[in-house]
Amino acid sequence: MDVLDTLLLSRIQFAANISFHILFPTITIALGWVLLFFRLRFAATGDDKWMAAYRFWVKVFALSFAMGVVSGITMSFQFGTNWPGFMETVGNIAGPLLAYEVLTAFFLEAAFVGIMLFGFSRVPAWLHITATALVAFGTLLSTFWIIVLNSWMHTPQGFEMIDGVAHATSWSEIIFNPSMPYRFAHMVLASFLTVSFLVAGVSAFRWILGDRSRDVRATLKTGVAMAALLIPIQILAGDMHGLNTLEHQPQKVAAMEGNWDTGPNVPLLLFALPDEAARENRFEIGIPNGASLILKHHADGVVPGLNDFVAEDGTPLHPPVSPVFWSFRVMVGTGFAMLALSWSAAFLMWRRRDRHEGRIKGHWMAVEGLPKPLIWALVPMALSGWVATLAGWYTTEIGRQPWLVQGVMTTDMAVADVPAPMVMGTLVGYLAVYAALLIAYVGVIAYLARKAARGADDPANDMTHSGKAQVAALNPAE
Amino acid sequence: MLPDFSNPADWLPWAFASLMGLSILVYVVLDGFDLGVGILFPLAEPHEQDRMIGSIGPFWDANETWLVLAVGLLLVAFPTAHGIILSTLYLPVFAMLIGLIARGVAFEFRAKARTRHKALWNRLFFAGSLVTALAQGFMLGLYVMGLEQTAQTYLFAALTAVFLTVGYAFIGATWLILKTSDALQLKAVQWARQSLWAVIAGIGAISLATPLVSARIFDKWFTFPEVLWLLLLPLLSGGLVLMLWRLLRRMPLPSDRLSWLPFAISSGLFATAYLGLAYSFYPYVVPDRLTIYEAAAAPESLLIILIGACFVVPTIIAYSILAYVIFRGKATELRYE
Ligand code: HDD
Ligand code: HEM
Ligand code: HEM
Repeated sequence: MDVLDTLLLSRIQFAANISFHILFPTITIALGWVLLFFRLRFAATGDDKWMAAYRFWVKVFALSFAMGVVSGITMSFQFGTNWPGFMETVGNIAGPLLAYEVLTAFFLEAAFVGIMLFGFSRVPAWLHITATALVAFGTLLSTFWIIVLNSWMHTPQGFEMIDGVAHATSWSEIIFNPSMPYRFAHMVLASFLTVSFLVAGVSAFRWILGDRSRDVRATLKTGVAMAALLIPIQILAGDMHGLNTLEHQPQKVAAMEGNWDTGPNVPLLLFALPDEAARENRFEIGIPNGASLILKHHADGVVPGLNDFVAEDGTPLHPPVSPVFWSFRVMVGTGFAMLALSWSAAFLMWRRRDRHEGRIKGHWMAVEGLPKPLIWALVPMALSGWVATLAGWYTTEIGRQPWLVQGVMTTDMAVADVPAPMVMGTLVGYLAVYAALLIAYVGVIAYLARKAARGADDPANDMTHSGKAQVAALNPAE
Repeated sequence: MLPDFSNPADWLPWAFASLMGLSILVYVVLDGFDLGVGILFPLAEPHEQDRMIGSIGPFWDANETWLVLAVGLLLVAFPTAHGIILSTLYLPVFAMLIGLIARGVAFEFRAKARTRHKALWNRLFFAGSLVTALAQGFMLGLYVMGLEQTAQTYLFAALTAVFLTVGYAFIGATWLILKTSDALQLKAVQWARQSLWAVIAGIGAISLATPLVSARIFDKWFTFPEVLWLLLLPLLSGGLVLMLWRLLRRMPLPSDRLSWLPFAISSGLFATAYLGLAYSFYPYVVPDRLTIYEAAAAPESLLIILIGACFVVPTIIAYSILAYVIFRGKATELRYE
C-alpha cells in the first residue's frame, strides 16, 4: 500500500514536472528559428520592422528559455530522486542518449544564448547570426535526443536483457527505432505550430490595443501564414504517427478509439464515456465505419479492441481508457480548430492583399482583411499549441501504461523507496511554484505586449513618471 | 590512484569518475561565483544591482549546465549510486531545485515585469541563490558524513551549509572585483575580506572531519610516505590563503592592476580543497559503501559516451572560453542589442 501511494504520487509529480517543462521547449524549439528568420530579414532588407520584431520576440525567447532550463534541471534530478529503477534497468541505453543530449545540445545552446541575447552590439553581425542559428540548431538537437529516448521507450529494439538489465546490441537500431521519425516530426511541427499561434495571437492582441506598427503587421502575417502552411502537414504527420502506433502499440490505439471489441466497421467516436468497470461506452455518438476507414482505409477494416488485452485473471493489460480517449480528442479537436482559424484568416488576408498596408502596395497579405471576430479569436488561440501538445503527450504517455518501457519494464518497477508523505510535500511545493510561475509568465508576456502597443518599447521613455528614466536605461537584460 | 589501462572495466569507471569530478569542480567555481553574486545582491544599491546582474548575465546558463553534466554523468555512469545518493538527499535536492528555479526565472522576470514588481523578483533572486547555496552545502556535509542521517551529521551539515554559502559569497565578491569598478568594486573588496574566514573555516572543518569519520580515510592520509607529498595540499592552500589575505588588504590597486588575481587565486583554492576531498573518497562514489567499479554501467555503453565526450568536451571548453572573451572587461548594463 505504502509503495502504491508513493508510486501514484511520484507519477503525478513526474507528470506535473514534465508537463511544465515541455511548455517552454515547445516555444523555444521553433522560436529560435523564427528569430533567425527575423534576424536574416533584417540583415537582408535593412528594414527596421524586422529588428523591432526581433527585439520583441527575443524577450519572450529569453524568458521561455530560462523557464525551460530551470524546469529541465528539475527533470534531470527526477530520475534519481523518484525513478531509480529506470536507470538501473535501462540505464545502459537511456544513459548514452541523455549524455549526448547534454554534451552536444545543452552546452551549445547555453554558451551561445549569451551571445545571441546580449551580443548584438558586441560582436560582428555574422557572429551574432551564427550564434542565433547555433542556439536554434541546439534546441532541435536536444529535441532529437530526448525524442529518441522517449520513442525507444515506446518501441524498444536493438538491445538484449542480461540478468534483468538492458544492454545495447545496436545503436543504430536504438536511435532509429520504428516510432522515432514520426514522433520527432510530429513534435517539431507541434512546436512550430505553437509558436505560430503564439506569435499571431500576441500580435493580434497588440492590434486590438490599437498598435498599427509595421512590425506588428509583419509578425501577425508571419504567424498566420506559418500556421496555415504547417497545420495540414501536422494532421498528415499525426495520421501517419497513429498508423505507426497501431502497428506497435495496438492497445493504445484501441484506447484512443474507445473500441472494446476487435472487429470490422468500427465507428469513429466523437463523444463517449468509456466505462472501464462495465467494459463498454456510454452515450456514444460516432461516424459509422470512421475508425476502420482512418486506420485501415477500408470500411470493414478490422480494428483492435481493448478486450484483447486482458490477462487470464482479468487484470487489464491496456492503459486507462478515459484519459487516453479524451486527451486524444482534445488534441485532434485543437488541430482542426487550428486548421479552420488559420486557413480562414490567411484566405481573408490574402484576398485583401495590396490594400491598406499603410498604403504601401505590393504586400501579399493585408491585416485589414481580418474581420474583428477573427482577430479576437486569434488571441485565446495563442495558447492552443500548449493545449494540443500537452494533450498529445498525455495520449502518448498514458497510452503506454502500465508499461514504462513497452514490454520491458512496468512503471511500478522503477519507483523509489521514498516515504509517501515526503513525495506529497514536494509535489505540493512544485505545484505551487509552477502555478505561480505560469501566471507570472503569461502576465509578463501580456504586459510586454501592452507596453509595446503603447509604443513604450524604447526604455528611454519607459518610466514617464519621476526622474527614474536613467535607471530604466540601465535596465539589464531588458 | 591510476587504473589498469588495458582493462576497460577498470579504466572506464575511473575515466568517468574523473570527468564527473572535473565537471563538479568547474560547476562549483563557475556557478559558485554567480550564486555568490546573488547572495551579495541585497548588500548593494539598486543601480549597482543592475551592474551585478550584468556581470553574470551572459554566463549563468552555461555555468549551470555543468551541474546538468555532473548529475548526468553520475546518472549514466553510476546509475545505482545516482539512485542511492539522490533518494537519500531527497529533500535538500528539492530545496536546491526550487532555489535554482527561483533565481533562474527571477533573473529574467526582474527586467521584464512591471516596475512595481521588480522588488519582488529581486528578493526572489537573492532568496533563490541563498537557498541553492545552503542546500548544496548541506548535501556536501551529509556526503562527507557518509550519508548517515543523525542529529550530529545534520549539525555538521548545517555548518557546512553556512560555510559553503559564505564561501560562494566570497568567490562572488572576487568575481565582482574583476568585473566592476569604482564604488561597487570597493564594496566587493570589502565583502571579500569579510567572507574569507568562511573559506578557511569550511576547508578546515571538512579536512578535520573527513579522516575522523572514516578510519579508511584516516589511513589514506596518515601513512608514511604518502603523508609527505600529501602535505603539499594543506601547504598550498595555506599559501593561497595568505596571498589572498595580503592582496585583499591592498586592493584595489592603481589603474586596476591585478584585479583578476583574487578570483584566480580563489578558484585555485577551491580546486585544491576539492582535490583533497576527491583523494579522500576515491574509489568510493557512495562513501564507504559503493565503489565506482561496483556502481559503473556496462563498459560498452560507457565507451560510446566517452568517444563522444573526447570530441565534444574540448569544443565545449573552446566556445565557453569564446563567450568569456566576448564578454570580457568591466560589466555594463545588458541590452538585447
Ligand atoms: C500543436 C500540437 C499538435 C497538434 C495540432 C496535433 N498533435 Fe498529435 N501530438 C502532439 C501534438 C499535436 C505531440 C505533443 O507532439 C505528440 C505527443 C508525443 C509526440 O510525439 O507528439 C502527439 C501525439 C500524437 C499521437 C500519439 C502517438 C503515440 O505515441 O502513440 C497521435 C496518434 C497523434 N498525435 C495524431 C494527431 C492527429 C491525427 C492530429 C490531427 C489533428 C494531431 N495529432 C494534431
Ligand atoms: C522524452 C521525454 C520523456 C521521458 C523520458 C518520459 C518518461 C516518463 C516516465 C519515466 C514516466 C513514468 C512515470 C509516470 O508514470 O508518471 C512517464 C509518464 C508520464 N509522462 Fe512521460 N516522458 C517524457 C516526455 C513526456 C512529456 C513531454 C509529457 C507531457 C507533456 C509526458 C507526460 C507524461 C505523463 C502524463 C505520464 C504519466 C502517465 C501515467 O502515470 O499514467 N511525458 N514518462
Ligand atoms: C525526462 C525528460 C527530460 C529531461 C530529463 C530534460 C532535461 C532538460 C534539461 C536539464 C534542460 C536544461 C538544459 C540547459 O541547462 O540548458 C532541458 C532543456 C530543454 N529540453 Fe528538456 N528534458 C526532458 C524532456 C524534454 C522533452 C520531452 C523535450 C522536447 C520534446 C525537451 C526539449 C528540451 C529543449 C529544446 C531544451 C532547451 C532549453 C529550452 O529551450 O528551454 N525536453 N531539458
